[in-house]
Amino acid sequence: MTTKNPAPRSRPTLIRRNLQLAIVPAAAVVGGFLVGGVIILISSLANGALDFGLPFNAYGSLFQGAFGSLRGILFTIVSATPLILGGMAVGLGFKAGLFNIGAQGQFLMGALGAAAVGAYVAGAPAIVAIPAAILAGALFGASWGFIPGALKAWTGAHEVVTTIMLNFIAGALIGYLITGPLEAPGFSFSRTGALGNAELPTLFGTSIHLGVFIAFFLVPVVWWILWRSTLGFEIRTVGANPDAARYAGMHPALITILTMSLCGLLAGLAGAGQILGISHFMNASYGTSIGFDSISVALLGRAHPVGIMLAALLFGALRAGSGLMQIQAGIPVEIIDVIQAMVLLFLAADVMLRRFLRVRGPSIEPDELATVSKTYGSGTI
Amino acid sequence: MDVVYSIPVIGVIFQFIGYVIDVTPGIAPIVVGLAAPIALGSLCGIMNERSGIVNIGIEGMMLSGAFAGFLAAGLFQQAFGGEGWGPLGITPALLVGVLAAVATAMVLSALHAWLSITVAADQIISGVIINVAALGLTGYLNRLLISPNPRLGAGTFSSFRLPGEVSDFPVVGWLLEMFVEQGPIAMSVILLVVMLQILLFRSRWGLRTRAVGEHPRAADTVGINVIRLRYRNVIVGGIFAGLAGAYLTLEGTGSFQNNMTAGRGFIALAAVIFGRWTPIGAWGAALLFAFSGAFGQAVRIRPPGEAYPDLGTIMSAIPSQVYGALPYIVTIVILAGVVGRSLAPAAVGRPYQKEGKTA
Repeated sequence: MTTKNPAPRSRPTLIRRNLQLAIVPAAAVVGGFLVGGVIILISSLANGALDFGLPFNAYGSLFQGAFGSLRGILFTIVSATPLILGGMAVGLGFKAGLFNIGAQGQFLMGALGAAAVGAYVAGAPAIVAIPAAILAGALFGASWGFIPGALKAWTGAHEVVTTIMLNFIAGALIGYLITGPLEAPGFSFSRTGALGNAELPTLFGTSIHLGVFIAFFLVPVVWWILWRSTLGFEIRTVGANPDAARYAGMHPALITILTMSLCGLLAGLAGAGQILGISHFMNASYGTSIGFDSISVALLGRAHPVGIMLAALLFGALRAGSGLMQIQAGIPVEIIDVIQAMVLLFLAADVMLRRFLRVRGPSIEPDELATVSKTYGSGTI
Repeated sequence: MDVVYSIPVIGVIFQFIGYVIDVTPGIAPIVVGLAAPIALGSLCGIMNERSGIVNIGIEGMMLSGAFAGFLAAGLFQQAFGGEGWGPLGITPALLVGVLAAVATAMVLSALHAWLSITVAADQIISGVIINVAALGLTGYLNRLLISPNPRLGAGTFSSFRLPGEVSDFPVVGWLLEMFVEQGPIAMSVILLVVMLQILLFRSRWGLRTRAVGEHPRAADTVGINVIRLRYRNVIVGGIFAGLAGAYLTLEGTGSFQNNMTAGRGFIALAAVIFGRWTPIGAWGAALLFAFSGAFGQAVRIRPPGEAYPDLGTIMSAIPSQVYGALPYIVTIVILAGVVGRSLAPAAVGRPYQKEGKTA
């Protein structure tokens, strides 16, 4: 069998250790952009001939769109906000040995809760309306995380399948509620009512809304929960070894349910922020890729809140800059998804990458991930 | 019947059973068609999991297959044209499409095999990456290649039509209709299911595959090459995922939309579990899931009328979105009800390394 523990060495400094942790994700990002560039180069064939300037042109306008102006930078931060929360919703699950592919559905339910309650309390003073709407989003998201958690703990149904199914069910539920009971009168299409006082305030008229601050504030909070609280200790123990956790007197089933609910809560907050801070209403076909981007963010950020924040800023910048890239270089925004996938691919081939870069030190994958695959098909925890 | 139907509360259940029996012959061919991609996906899952590999990436393999099949068939049709022959409407372009779909899914399977066997990466993560990559690449290429070309397409295979005298036969008629009035891919599903069932439980390859999935070290000590067998099974499993994708664009609809697999790859995984890792069982589960999907259509086309008074009231009160979400709901319910009691191959999800060889 393989042993994970390397021979004891002199303890590296904190900075060195973090650099060692970051080198593989950084290399994966570089690799992802390189492959993306090759794909852009190949797609220039569609215009007749290979255009070696096109990748530079495309990435140049991408960078300009994301960081070239104050507006661009703010847009990058706003785009990163839901990814920070969504990424933590997936990453927190990893720590407990759970793979939460359902951030998408939890995000949608959070958005639904915030839109519905926000429209309901639109007339109340902002000091009441805003917390009520945010709380509704968080609770709706948490309930959508509770279901797969409870199913896993009580019946052993693996969350990878149940959360995906719940994503589709959330979509159907939203379609029904917004064309039915929640439809606001007086609009030309089906949508929820105006938010009134429940709209999140923005900073000096920029696009930075209250949700941005909440997301960045929650980064240290989640870190504190994971590494400084009893709950976090139990979560990490269950993730590392459910059996050991049980022998130590913890309750893996309870922790599983609680963790999935917390994941849902974070994703729900992301949804609430998007609705209350940006779009201000929800229509029946409200769609987004944030739930799936969150998985990439969590993997790239090594399931660590700070890593997730950095990864979210990177992917936020990609989203923010992709519009200008499409206009200036004529590259469809979907290239962002391709780059993202390639980054993940390099991350997965971590062993190869490390051999190539001659890096030593801990592996890129959070160790708890081993539990994710191990519990597949093995019944109840 | 009316007496049974008028029992309070329980009568509704009888009405439901009566209605299901009533509509089933009508929607049976639809059910078998809808079940085809799920069943094929679960055959891919069985090939993987029986040899000890979790494959979450079936969805992405299907989607890439669907895209590549559509694109290849469309481009071939544009370049060379060609007429369909036979009762199944087989054209050279469609055949090229099927081959392209299968080849694409096999390439992705090879990637999954490499990541989960050689690199020993987490198998669920590898599968998720394949899904993300497939969604991203097909979306990008769809925008780049298909959107500017709205007339691209090679049509679809056509369904076989039974002569009227045969389908008028009681029971046998509609059973035949159900399985034979299909396009070539859906029709071949039952053959593939039976073939894999026999191979898995009655052949040397099957015994070795199951051994590798249950106890790779024991299999290794009796001289089975675990790594090679796993590679081969995962890559061959890709054929089924590719066929499932080809069904979607070349037999089911004749067009490609982003994310058109809509979770079928994951429903297929649930079918594998519900079918206890046997091809026939998984196929039965696929039929059940497909039935729940077709049921919504049946209610829309033939609502329970006068004959089922209470049922009709209840069903028209249920919003259409519920019927749309029915396959997903049924999947969750079945997974929750069954998984604790069905045992996966023991080595599923665990990379294998020979003794004395440390990574």
